[in-house]
Amino acid sequence: MSDTQNEKREWPLYEVFVRGKRGLNHVHVGSLHAADDQMALTHARDLYTRRNEGVSIWVVRSEHIAASTRDEKDPFFAPSADKVYRHPTFYDIPDDVPHI
Amino acid sequence: MSTAHAAASPDSDAVQELESQFDATIARDQRIEPRDWMPEGYRKTLVRQIAQHAHSEIIGMQPEGEWITRAPSLRRKSILFAKVQDEAGHGLYLYSAAETLGIDRAELTQRLLEGRQKYSSIFNYPTPSFADVGVIGWFVDGAAICNQVPLCRSSYGPYARAMVRICKEESFHQRQGYELLLTMMRGTREQREMVQDAVDRWWWASLMMFGPPDDDSPNSAQSMAWKIKRHSNDELRQRFVDMTVPQAAKLGVTLPDPELRWNEERGHHDYGTPDYSELKRVISGDGPCNAERMERRRAAHEEGAWVREAASAHAAKQAARARAEAAA
Amino acid sequence: MSDDHVYMTLAEGHDDSDARWAFGTGFEDPLHGVDTTVPEGVDAVELVALCAALGDDALVLAQRLAEWVTRAPELEEEVALANIGLDLLGQARLLYARCGQVDGTGRGEDAYAYFRDADEFRNVRLAELPNGDFAFSIVRLLVLSSWRLAHFVELSASPDPVLAAIAAKGVKELTYHRQYAAEWTVRLGDGTEESRARTEVALESLAPYWEELFVAHDVRDAVTEDLRQVLGAAGLPVPQAEFLPGAGRQGAHTDHLGPLVTEMQSVARAHPEATW
Repeated sequence: MSDTQNEKREWPLYEVFVRGKRGLNHVHVGSLHAADDQMALTHARDLYTRRNEGVSIWVVRSEHIAASTRDEKDPFFAPSADKVYRHPTFYDIPDDVPHI
Repeated sequence: MSTAHAAASPDSDAVQELESQFDATIARDQRIEPRDWMPEGYRKTLVRQIAQHAHSEIIGMQPEGEWITRAPSLRRKSILFAKVQDEAGHGLYLYSAAETLGIDRAELTQRLLEGRQKYSSIFNYPTPSFADVGVIGWFVDGAAICNQVPLCRSSYGPYARAMVRICKEESFHQRQGYELLLTMMRGTREQREMVQDAVDRWWWASLMMFGPPDDDSPNSAQSMAWKIKRHSNDELRQRFVDMTVPQAAKLGVTLPDPELRWNEERGHHDYGTPDYSELKRVISGDGPCNAERMERRRAAHEEGAWVREAASAHAAKQAARARAEAAA
Repeated sequence: MSDDHVYMTLAEGHDDSDARWAFGTGFEDPLHGVDTTVPEGVDAVELVALCAALGDDALVLAQRLAEWVTRAPELEEEVALANIGLDLLGQARLLYARCGQVDGTGRGEDAYAYFRDADEFRNVRLAELPNGDFAFSIVRLLVLSSWRLAHFVELSASPDPVLAAIAAKGVKELTYHRQYAAEWTVRLGDGTEESRARTEVALESLAPYWEELFVAHDVRDAVTEDLRQVLGAAGLPVPQAEFLPGAGRQGAHTDHLGPLVTEMQSVARAHPEATW
């Protein structure tokens, strides 16, 4: 995707890793959308540490994460092995939604 | 799910093998993770369920959000502000969980705005008094906890993890609501009347948050088998009633149901039947505030478009400048 | 583990009420161990006036930020704007509480927020102006955060230990507010033609109210330097504007404060005997 196309699209997805306290690893806590790295850090601070949960935050664009598949023979992910979280989908959701 | 998947067209033996692996994972009560193979129905049902939950958090900010500027003490203002902010946070956790199933938040928002996906109909009722803030915390968040605590054991990992975080925060929400009502009940006669009035208006709608009765809930059986729903609607409703009755007594309010009484034999409270035809009417868009809620969400989304575009444009320019600098 | 058990686990052990709430960041009591006696040589009347005015700035701006709830341009910004509003609300509460201690009335924070009329508020006019669009709110936040931060840095050395402690806590919060507003100002200035045009309009409409800040407390150099840097990075001109006479610090407000205060106080005043 080129940068100019990007302007009209959604902000990209970032994965957020928080170090809960000194001596612990950074742990994946979730994701968020941001236009750039700085915004991702700001949003991560606001969203994932608003109850004082962290001393350090890492953010990384989801599409930059390389991951192993659980099963190398897994045919489902073969076409998109380099994309972690963003599989294009075209399926429809029925309208008769039950209450949660 | 995707055309890419169809193009791969694995032979039926391979699919059967994957399906039995999936079933075995569920049977062992282990979690399904984003990169695992999963049946298409499982994925679709989860997307629908998580998206509806996320939309509910976001639309659910509105009925209480209206009271932040009018909260009658600075302490209540802070609590309510933080609570409504939490709901935005919960919406974000849930949209994130949905995105691991391969769908963009933008697409989900679009589906909400086009009315193709729903949100909890409880948020289509108005909040005419400040006591409503307390009753929403007590009933609506209480019902949400009954619904959501079992989902912390949902078979889908990202959803289960989001629910753990959300449930921890929701338990404070319920407590702040109940504490507000306790304080109001110790206040003036007028305040006590406000509380009873709000209880009368929200009770039946809250019972309907658990959905239609079990014999009229078409998707439940499959969801239970997949462990993305862990208890039936009526089980959860019963749990909510049993939990709430003693709390109401302690508070000194009357729940507006003449049939409500303890059933020694069952070990549960009997209660009257909610008007499910009203539930259907509100879900289908005919509730008191449906149009208003959707309009607010649409307006925020549309009026924010230029801001989101500006941020994307700036990020693109920055990236281009960095590339030019690197090339020079 | 049964679900009932899970529920009990979630609900128990959180009886330290407020401390567990997400009031912005940091749960330590900023006034822990601070002596509340007014030190000798500190003019109580001046101290009360200053605390009330700074409390009013924070409360009125928090009220405007609360109006963004459910209306922000993206969900992540809902969370961010609420954090800033909560920080400011927290500052207002501490400052009002200090007023009640020092003016001898022993009044609580709510007496100042809910039972003074609009013409008794001493906030700067910049805080009370309606939100306008996102660009307007961001530029207002940038200028107010920059000014308040420079002011609080000085106040953290105040001879009044309570005000000094409140200011020291506020410095951390305001540093973040200024950063948030600065990042957005740059994005909007550099972003699209539309965002740039809107930000220029915001700068021009807000500039007439800036001088009032320096009359209230002169930290002009710090604010000017902040603006020069941020607007420079955003590619935006520093606006030149005639000062609009009047001063919120003297109670001369715009027409916008009255409705804001009336709405804020509506429930509290409808039930004056009530407890919440």
